[in-house]
Amino acid sequence: MPGLLPIVLALATPLALGALCGVVNERSGVVNIGIEGIMLLAAFFGYLAGFALHDAIGSAAALAAGVAVAVITGMLAGAVHAWLAISVRADQIIAGTMVNIAAFGITGYLNRLVISPSGRGGAGVIPPFHAPEQVASLPFVGPIASMFLDQGPIAMSVLVIVALLQFALFRTRWGLRTRAVGEHPRAADTAGIDVLRLRFLNVVAGCGLAGLAGAFLTLESTGSFQNGMTGGRGFIALAAMIFGRWTPIGAFGGALLFGAATALGVIVNVRPPLGELGDLMRSVPSFWYAALPYLATIVILAGVVGRATPPAADGIAYVKERRAPASSRP
Amino acid sequence: MKSANDAGPPRAAPVLSMRGVTKRYATGTLANEAVDFEVRAGEIHALLGENGAGKSTLMHILYGLVAPDSGEIAIDGHPVTIADPADAIARGVGMVHQHFMLVPVLTVAENVVLGRELVGPAQVLDRAEAARRVRALSERLGFALAPEVRTEQLSVGQQQRVEILKSVYRGARILVLDEPTAVLTPQETREIFTVLRRLADEGAAIVFISHKLEEVLELADRITVIRRGKVVGEREPRETTADELAELMVGREVSLRVDRGRSRPAEVRLAVRGLRVAGDRGHEAVRSVDLDVRAGEIIGIAGVAGNGQEHLVECVVGLRAAASGTIHIDGRDVTKGSIRQRRDRGLAYVPADRQRAGLVLAFSVRDNLALTTYEDAPLAHGVGRLLRDRPVIDASARRLIERFDVRTSSPSVETGTLSGGNQQKVVVAREFRADLRLLVLDQPTRGLDVGSIEFIHRQVLAQRDAGTAILLVSAELDEILQLADRVAVMYRGSIVATLAAAEASRDRVGRLMATGAAA
Amino acid sequence: MIFARRLLGAWRVGAVPALSIVLALALAAVVIVLSSAFTTSGLDVLLPVRAYSSLLAGAFASETAIANTLVAAAPLVLGGLSVALAFKAGLFNIGVAGQFLAGAFAAAVTGASLAASPAPVAVAASLAAGGLAGGAVGFIPGYLKARTGAHEVVTTIMLNNAAALLLTWAVTDLVRAPGFTFPRTGDIGNALLPVIAGRNLHLGVVVALLAVPAIAFLLDRTTIGFEIRSVGANPVAARYAGMRPVLVTALTMTLSGVLGGLAGAIQMLGVIGFYAPGITASVGFDSIAVALVGRSDPVGVIFAALLFGAFRAGAPLMQIETSVPVEVIDIIQALVILLLAADVIVRRLFRIRRARGGLGEPATVTRSWSSPEVATVAAEPR
Repeated sequence: MPGLLPIVLALATPLALGALCGVVNERSGVVNIGIEGIMLLAAFFGYLAGFALHDAIGSAAALAAGVAVAVITGMLAGAVHAWLAISVRADQIIAGTMVNIAAFGITGYLNRLVISPSGRGGAGVIPPFHAPEQVASLPFVGPIASMFLDQGPIAMSVLVIVALLQFALFRTRWGLRTRAVGEHPRAADTAGIDVLRLRFLNVVAGCGLAGLAGAFLTLESTGSFQNGMTGGRGFIALAAMIFGRWTPIGAFGGALLFGAATALGVIVNVRPPLGELGDLMRSVPSFWYAALPYLATIVILAGVVGRATPPAADGIAYVKERRAPASSRP
Repeated sequence: MKSANDAGPPRAAPVLSMRGVTKRYATGTLANEAVDFEVRAGEIHALLGENGAGKSTLMHILYGLVAPDSGEIAIDGHPVTIADPADAIARGVGMVHQHFMLVPVLTVAENVVLGRELVGPAQVLDRAEAARRVRALSERLGFALAPEVRTEQLSVGQQQRVEILKSVYRGARILVLDEPTAVLTPQETREIFTVLRRLADEGAAIVFISHKLEEVLELADRITVIRRGKVVGEREPRETTADELAELMVGREVSLRVDRGRSRPAEVRLAVRGLRVAGDRGHEAVRSVDLDVRAGEIIGIAGVAGNGQEHLVECVVGLRAAASGTIHIDGRDVTKGSIRQRRDRGLAYVPADRQRAGLVLAFSVRDNLALTTYEDAPLAHGVGRLLRDRPVIDASARRLIERFDVRTSSPSVETGTLSGGNQQKVVVAREFRADLRLLVLDQPTRGLDVGSIEFIHRQVLAQRDAGTAILLVSAELDEILQLADRVAVMYRGSIVATLAAAEASRDRVGRLMATGAAA
Repeated sequence: MIFARRLLGAWRVGAVPALSIVLALALAAVVIVLSSAFTTSGLDVLLPVRAYSSLLAGAFASETAIANTLVAAAPLVLGGLSVALAFKAGLFNIGVAGQFLAGAFAAAVTGASLAASPAPVAVAASLAAGGLAGGAVGFIPGYLKARTGAHEVVTTIMLNNAAALLLTWAVTDLVRAPGFTFPRTGDIGNALLPVIAGRNLHLGVVVALLAVPAIAFLLDRTTIGFEIRSVGANPVAARYAGMRPVLVTALTMTLSGVLGGLAGAIQMLGVIGFYAPGITASVGFDSIAVALVGRSDPVGVIFAALLFGAFRAGAPLMQIETSVPVEVIDIIQALVILLLAADVIVRRLFRIRRARGGLGEPATVTRSWSSPEVATVAAEPR
């Protein structure tokens, strides 16, 4: 179905960026279920920056500033989670839940206070590119190429980020240390690596990616902000991460899968398939299509998680000065 | 090996000296009190003491893992501050921990270079160069280690060699080994001794932490004995005896052997036939094991850790499913029975890790004493025994605390606040119950002080004499040799021999553990 | 003497939550002041004072206001108990929202079909239907967690989203009542919960209050409660002791779901009256805050539910009178959770020692995505 593949990648983009955020966080041993909230905060503040600046500096510059603000917002929110999870050693699930509730509250509050009363719109959307006609019309290659080329810059960059992260995680010093810290922090510590610092940096950097996902939602995809607009994408991203067994490429594959599940509803509405299958597909109520990604997340989580092994120290806070091992207890 | 001692390098000034080191933990335990300790280049210095004496704490201070309250450390005569392991490594201190500090999913080479990686432009790892260096180093030390193998695939002995490699790669001149032989066979132990002697001959200072007298006498050039956080003596092997060291270590004369008495085996209580159990990674952890345990006898399972003992025990008590074969208790087939059903047949179980598996540390002593019997009358009553009878539960807890000498101010005390010995007594008090028929013990005295070990050993023998069938698994070969009436040796998932206590010499069992064959 | 010691004990347990709330209100006041700079009225330092007094007035200033607070607190008591019970078993039930919707829907449909039956029958059957529906929604993540290790946090949230969509479909296509301009269920008639005092204080408040001693009894006095607490505090030891973590996990999530469903049912039968698309369930996240502030203790849950009930009851008046958005309640809630999760802040600030034993904090919920014990459970003979 040519023309629909770009939709799949567009739907997969925030999921993929969120899943990559999860990969970077969890590979270093921090569980982050606040990705949903971090995306929402970034989506809002990125939008707010564009909204506030586009009269003064024009739409293009305002959009760029918005993306930067979104990424920084993601990193700041990530720093809060990192502080709770790593420094305070709070329960990481509860810390993430706090981030989610705070994000919902802060964005809802400011939306009602600042954006809604103004009655104005934002800075619009970042215009997408288009594949050259010669490429798009090629058999086989054409649709695939336009899947990646008929996109805005954020969606396009996902592929690059995935490749870079995959290489960095398995071929660089940073990657080796990150994996060591997520699997056996004490071993890394005794090898002279600053476990807490590396975890902190990774959580903050990873959340920058979640911030980019937020920017995509308001600045590249819809051009507007609605309360709770992330709609569970942060959690679906976690499922994509698990599905991809904590590897960047795998997580991207998972995101494409969920993107395709979401696209199904769009496809049936936009371009109903013909024949008996088409009739059948149209007879399914649209609510079921809308619920499909959520149900698919549950099914995949239940089917995959038992067989996928998370990093061994995932979710466990590291305490530097411990009482020495049990043998030296009285 | 002792001959190397005489031809050793000349006695130099100490390369490491620790002065007046004191450490009190937040819980109030005084782990080290004004400890003085020094090591010279080229010597193997044993740090001897029983579990909990403070040996590991002292070395963790040296390695920057624990911050001392006071005291000084000097290396090559210069005072140094060691704030974290990175400092220690920079000063030439290397440590082989009791629990290995290897990342299982990383390769040998990756583990060795971790923290001191060889990188090209943009921090990209130079994997070829790392492999080359690790291979060269490994050959120099006489290890046959392939750099590209994941460490989780190595045997315990090989993993220990990776740890030594790590320290040498980092340029360690002072090498600390924390209980390095605890997990090794006698043969592997001898091999590691050769390696340590070679390193010392090359000029390294070696600190060897142990609580095993024979080993220390065989290997060390000097022995420092530590008791309850204090240094109580320093000896050279030629001027001391095992008895003297034991007395220094424990503080009173100890009988090194328990009087076991005679066993009177009766009918078969536990019968295992053709048992196969799958391991976590799909391999066969237990291969066609046949085993009988009779009433009134103790069968000890000897073996190097990871040869299937754990899987056998877990399968017998019902924590793991059998791939094939049968398990009968008192003649009834329980192969597919639940843990509960087996407990109802009179089985009790002391797991290897009391804190993880034996106790709920956040619960009171009272609730832990009822953890397995909470559903039985009279602790529970009413429809379907749904209601807990709290006065009865409390009275029963007080009886057990009294009988097993658990040191606690009240049954309401949180179990996590008790000492290790008292925690284990809580488990034992609960499991050594009145209607006991079959008792499975996995590492029943691991990490305990001598007093608690003696107490538990006496209780185990009393149970045997009362007619209980006992299956004992222990990584301490001495414990098996002391308690067991028959010794079964496990090797690669099979029982390769079963010996009567009289024929089970240390050497013979050790050889079976290491090679699976008697000759 | 004994009284004084009790008081001290209560302070040890309650001090941190109480001070967290005070601190959260103070921090939210800063947010209110700062954000007022973006409004037409300009920076207003006294705005928090006016906002909080409107909030208080809306929650307590009249008999009706107090009744509103109690009515708002009732579903929070049930929701808070739901989250607290799951915490005791080491589970994090973020699915109260979905369980609430399912309970509300089932109660609405049952109520509509029994609208003409005698009131006691209609009320009892509708409440039961709500509880059962919530239990069914709770059972799914519980079973999946127990059998496959799928983390309940993700599955419950996904179920929240799916439930909202599928119930919207159900009310649109399956049970839409004729004669209305929008999709909704029929009138509930006799299934309406009777008012017991004032204009709107309905029987659901009593239902919620009765659930408190019931859950306390379950946890403290029964063998099932002992199993729940054991599995929550140390699932490995519980399994070694012969308990069945799989069963306990599934059972606890089901019971949690029943409580969440009952919350929806009393809200439906006492306040809303019919199910229509777009019914929101702020009770979901509120319940988490209630359970955390109440320290997962059934009695603590009552106090916490009253507090958040008051917030929810007073917030609309605050927004009308001072234009401070009602979402400030969510911010306060997040701040309270933040301060409780990072209780070192409050302890350092006010120099409070940690309470020993007694009513502990919820056991650590993070056991990563699949725990090794789950893998071994799957290998257990059945």
